[in-house]
Amino acid sequence: MVFLTRRATFSASHFYWNDAWSAEKNQQVFGRCANRNGHGHNYTLEVTVAGQPDPVTGFVVDLKWLKDVMERDVLSAYDHRHLNLEVAEFKVKIPTTENIAIATWRRLEPSVNAAGGAKLSRVRVYETPEIFAEYRGEA
Amino acid sequence: MKGYFGRRYMMSASHRLHSDTLTEEENRAAYGKCNNPHGHGHNYVIEVLAAGAVDPETGMVVDLVAMDEAVRTRVLNRFDHVNLNLDPMFAEVVPTTENLCKAVYKLLEGSIKPARLSQVRVEETENNFFEYRGEES
Repeated sequence: MVFLTRRATFSASHFYWNDAWSAEKNQQVFGRCANRNGHGHNYTLEVTVAGQPDPVTGFVVDLKWLKDVMERDVLSAYDHRHLNLEVAEFKVKIPTTENIAIATWRRLEPSVNAAGGAKLSRVRVYETPEIFAEYRGEA
Repeated sequence: MKGYFGRRYMMSASHRLHSDTLTEEENRAAYGKCNNPHGHGHNYVIEVLAAGAVDPETGMVVDLVAMDEAVRTRVLNRFDHVNLNLDPMFAEVVPTTENLCKAVYKLLEGSIKPARLSQVRVEETENNFFEYRGEES
């Protein structure tokens, strides 16, 4: 098994807010991230796929194809958007880095796994160079 | 839904790689310039990876502020701007970055609640890093 990772960046705004809670509790749990006017990050996305190198091409997947899938399924929806207001899954889920990793996995998995050969292995999302979340498809 | 949350911390410390069980020549052969008598230092990156359920109410695996506090009080206050060889954790073992990685894991284990410590990665330079995931039996 060989793991191949492609990195991409996007910029987006968000805020953390749980509608089921009072304003005070949101402030207490989420701090400055609960500012309703939102704030933004330069995110880095790392998508890892796992598979055997093709005997003819030597590729696990074609990197150009993976770039196009990431662009079509994820970046076109997230880049330069307000995640809470403009992205369907974050109308119901708080766009924490953890939930962005899970949502990115769900967006990519059908295309990656349908292509045959490689399987989606890991999605890692950096919110800043120091903070990241990962999802590996585990229940 | 199991997720992972990671955070990178910086600290600077000095060390000397030297084993009392080896001769001077053997130390020199094993550790090279890292065995120089007065030690040397690094800017270390400590990357802490926590694993756990993504809380449906908060969307988070762990409270970042609590994680920062655990790392600061248990690791950074202890190892930042010190000579690692003088720390009791390195009285019996050489403060290689492998052993530093295990020491950091040991200090943090059980403290990143409600998540579980999944991995500690220590970068000694931009080109060297070490990872420890606990005893895997």
